[in-house]
Amino acid sequence: MSANSLEALASAGKGANTRTLLRVVILCLIAGAAVASRLFSVIRFESIIHEFDPWFNFRATKYLVANGFYKFWDWFDDRTWHPLGRVTGGTLYPGLMVTSGVIYHALRTLTIPVDIRNICVLLAPAFSGLTAFAAYLLTNEMTTTDSASAGLLAALFMGITPGYISRSVAGSYDNEAIAIFLLVFTFYLWIKALKQGSMLWGAMCALFYGYMVASWGGYAFITCLLPLHAFVLICMGRYSSRLYVAYCTWYALGTLASMQIPFVGFLPVKTSEHMPALGIFGFLQLVAFLSYVRSAIPGRQYQTFLWLFAGGTFAVALAGLVIATSVGIIAPWGGRFYSLWDTSYAKIHIPIIASVSEHQPTAWPAFFFDLNLLIWLFPAGVYLCFQNLADEHVFIVVYALFGSYFAGVMVRLMLTLTPVVCVAAALAISSVLDTYLVAKAPAPPQDLNAEEASEAPAKKASKGGLKSTSKPVVGVYSYISKGVVVAAMTIYLLLFVLHCTWVTSNAYSSPSVVLASKMPDGSQHIIDDYREAYQWLRQNTREDAKIMSWWDYGYQIGGMADRPTLVDNNTWNNTHIATVGKAMSSREEVSYPIMRQHEVDYVLVVFGALLGYSGDDINKFLWMVRIAEGIWPDEIKEREFFTPRGEYRVDGEATEAMKNSLMYKMSYYNYNALFPPGQAQDRVRGARLPDVGPTLDTLEEAYTSENWIIRIYKVKDLDNLGRDHSSAAAFERGHKKKKATKKRGPRVLRVE
Amino acid sequence: MAKNRNAARETTPSAAATTQASSTSTSSKPASAAPPASAATPVATAKSPSPLAATTSSNAAKHNNSWEQVVQNIASHYIKETPQRTKLLDAFMAFLVAVGALQFLYCVLAGNYPFNAFLSGFSATVGQFVLTAALRIQTTEANKSDFPAVSPERAFADFVFCSLILHFFCVNFIN
Repeated sequence: MSANSLEALASAGKGANTRTLLRVVILCLIAGAAVASRLFSVIRFESIIHEFDPWFNFRATKYLVANGFYKFWDWFDDRTWHPLGRVTGGTLYPGLMVTSGVIYHALRTLTIPVDIRNICVLLAPAFSGLTAFAAYLLTNEMTTTDSASAGLLAALFMGITPGYISRSVAGSYDNEAIAIFLLVFTFYLWIKALKQGSMLWGAMCALFYGYMVASWGGYAFITCLLPLHAFVLICMGRYSSRLYVAYCTWYALGTLASMQIPFVGFLPVKTSEHMPALGIFGFLQLVAFLSYVRSAIPGRQYQTFLWLFAGGTFAVALAGLVIATSVGIIAPWGGRFYSLWDTSYAKIHIPIIASVSEHQPTAWPAFFFDLNLLIWLFPAGVYLCFQNLADEHVFIVVYALFGSYFAGVMVRLMLTLTPVVCVAAALAISSVLDTYLVAKAPAPPQDLNAEEASEAPAKKASKGGLKSTSKPVVGVYSYISKGVVVAAMTIYLLLFVLHCTWVTSNAYSSPSVVLASKMPDGSQHIIDDYREAYQWLRQNTREDAKIMSWWDYGYQIGGMADRPTLVDNNTWNNTHIATVGKAMSSREEVSYPIMRQHEVDYVLVVFGALLGYSGDDINKFLWMVRIAEGIWPDEIKEREFFTPRGEYRVDGEATEAMKNSLMYKMSYYNYNALFPPGQAQDRVRGARLPDVGPTLDTLEEAYTSENWIIRIYKVKDLDNLGRDHSSAAAFERGHKKKKATKKRGPRVLRVE
Repeated sequence: MAKNRNAARETTPSAAATTQASSTSTSSKPASAAPPASAATPVATAKSPSPLAATTSSNAAKHNNSWEQVVQNIASHYIKETPQRTKLLDAFMAFLVAVGALQFLYCVLAGNYPFNAFLSGFSATVGQFVLTAALRIQTTEANKSDFPAVSPERAFADFVFCSLILHFFCVNFIN
C-alpha cells in the first residue's frame, strides 16, 4: 500500500534522481514486507525446518557443507531405500543446496558465524525479496511509460500474495524457495533478450535457465513456454531477426547448461517434454533462411522456392520423426506429464502420484484464497495486454493461458500461475490509477486544481479513452468520480493486504512437524510428538537400526532421527513402496517374513485417534492398499477393506482383512487400556472401538509418544525354541498373564 | 578475452576498410551499377523467359526452369551483395555444417557409444553455428533498424562471450 501513495509522490519528484531514490526505497520496503510476512512461523514456533521434503534438502545441505562439493556430487546414500540405497548425488536438483552452501561459506569468510540451519530456514524469505524485485523488472518491460507504478505494484503483489507465500515461509526449505525467483528472472531476461535482440541477454537467460534446471523439476515449464511464445510470434507474422538471435542463443546455451545436471543428463534430447523447444529451434533456422532468401529474390520466384523447400523439409522431418519414434529414440511422455492432460489418468494408472495431495486438481475457492482480488483483476490485465500488443505482451497472454490451465489441473502449479497474475493485475490497477489520478500531477495539489481548472484534467484523462472522462462534465462531478474510484481501489488494496496477512498467519505458517492447539483458556499448546519420537529413536536405537514406516515419514526419520529407512519421499521405486504397503496391509504371518527379509528393526506408525489428528496412517491406509494391490493384485484387494455396505470402518464392524492388517493392529494396540472398559473411542473417525483390542505376536511395543501420535514397535527376533510367533505369544499370554498386567498397569495419559 | 576484444576493435575498422576497398576493386564495374541493376535485371531476366516458357513448353519444364532461375538468382545476389567479412563468416558456418554433418554421420554409422562426447561435439558445432549466424545477422547493414542497441563491436563482444560459455559447457560435458 505504501507503494501507491509513495508512487504518487514519486511522480511528483522533480528530477529523475528523486524518482530513482524513491523507487529504491520502495523496493527495499517491499522486500522487507515480503520477508517479514514470512516470519510468522519462526516467531510463533521456532527456527525449524518444515514438513517433509525440506528435511531431505536440509540433510543434503549438511552433507554438502561437511564433505565438500565433489563428495556431494558423488554421494551414494546407503541410509535410505534399504537395502537398495540411492544415488543421491545424481538424482537430486542440487541448486538449492549449493546456494545455501555458497551463502554459508561466504558468511564464514566474512567471519560471520552462522548456523547452516538458520541459513536454510531463512533462505526462502530472502529469495522472496529478490522475487519481488524480479517481478518489478519484468513488469517494467511491459509498460512503455517511464512511470514505474505497475512495476512497483507487481513487486508488492509478488511479495505478499499467499499463492507464493504458501511455498516460501521461513523454514519451508524446498526447491520452490529459489525456483520462483529464477522463473521470474529468467522470463525477464528472455523479454529483454527478445526486445533488444542481444546475444548477451540471451546468454544470461540461458545461464539463469541452467540455474533453474539445477533447482527445480518445474523447469519444464520454461522449456515449453518460451518455444510456445516463439511459435505464437511466428504464427502471428511477427518473426524478426531479434527473435532468432534471442531464441537460438537461449536454446543452444540453455540446453547445454541443463545437460550439465546429472539428474537431467540426456533428457533434453530424449524425452518428448523437451521436443517442442528443439522443434522450434529447427523451425527458426528454416524461417531465418527463408527470410534471407526472401530479401534476396523477387516475390514470385520466392513462392516457388518456398513451396519446394517447405515441402521437402516437411517430408524429411516427418520421416525422421516417424523413424525416431518407432525405433524408440524419443521416449514417450512421462506419467506425471500425462496426468497434466487427463486429470484422472494418475488415479487409474499411477496411484503413487495420485496419492500426493498437492497433485490433486485445484478447487475453485483455492484461486480466491491464494490470490484474492488479483484473480479478478487478472483478466483485465490480460485484456490491457491486447490493447497494445507488442512481442512482450504476447508473452504475458501466452503465459496467462498456459499457467491458468496448469494451475487448474494441479494444486501445486498455482505457484507458476502466481507471477503472471501479479504482473497482469498490476498492469490493470496501475492503468486505473493512472487514469483517475492523472499521474502527471501530485495527488494533493491535483485535488485543489481539480476544482479551479476542471477542464484541464478532464482533457488529460480523455486520452485514457474512458467514456465517463471523455464526456464534457462539470468539475465537481469528475472530482467525485475520481475520488470514488481511487478510494475504492485503495480500500480493495488495503483489504488485499489484510487478506494476505490473515491467510499467511492462519494457513501457511504451520511447520507441521510441530502442531499447535488452543487450550480451553485460549493459550497456545504445542504438541511436539514427532520430534519426541524421533529423538527417542536417535537415543535408544543402534545407529544402523532400520526403520520401516510409510514413505511420508522417510525424509523426517532420515533428517531428525538419522536412522536408515526403507522408503522415503523420493518415490523412485514403486515396487519397494508397494512392498512396504504390503507389509502394512497384510496379516502378521505375511508381514513378518517381509520385514525379516528387509532387516527391519523398528516399525513406526502415526496414529491420531487420541488427539483427533486427521493426517494419520489409518486415513492414508487405503493408498497403501492400492499401491500394494498394483503390484500384488492376488494378495491384496482394496475391496476387502470395505464392509459389504461399502463403508471404511475401524470399529467392531470392520472387515477381517482390516482387523488383521498390521497397520490396524499397530495403531490400536493397547489403545483401549487408556479408556474405561467399553469406552475406547477414535476421535478422528468418530468410532467406538471394540472392548478387546488387537493382539500383536511378531512385534512388541517399543515407544509411544506423549499424545500417542507416533507409535514405534520393535520387530521380535526369531523364537529361541523354534516355535512360530503366534504360538509363542499364546504361550506367554496363557502363563504369564498376571505378570504382564502388573508390569503394564493401566495406561495413563501423561499430562504436563 | 580482453586481448581478443582489443584485437577485434583494432581489426574491425581496418578490415572494414580493406573489405570495402577490395569489394570496390574486385567488382568495381558491377558494384557501381549493382544496387539498382541487381534489383532490376534479374527480375527482367526472370520474368521475360518464364511467360514464354509457360506458353511454349510443358508445365514441368517451366517448373524446372524457374527453379534453376531461382537458385541462380540467389547465388548472384549473394555474390554481389555480401561484404567480404560476412563471406568469411559464411565460410566458417559452412565449415561448421560440414563438421556437424560428419559427426552425425559417424554417430549413425558407428553408434553413439560415448554419447556425452557425441552430444557435446555436435552441440558445439550447432551452437557455434547459431551464434555465428546471430553475429552475421547483427552485423548486416540491412538489419540495422532491428538492433538499435547493438553496435557491431558489441555484437562481436557478445559473440565471444557466448562462445566462451558454450565451449566451457561442452568441455565440461565431454567426460
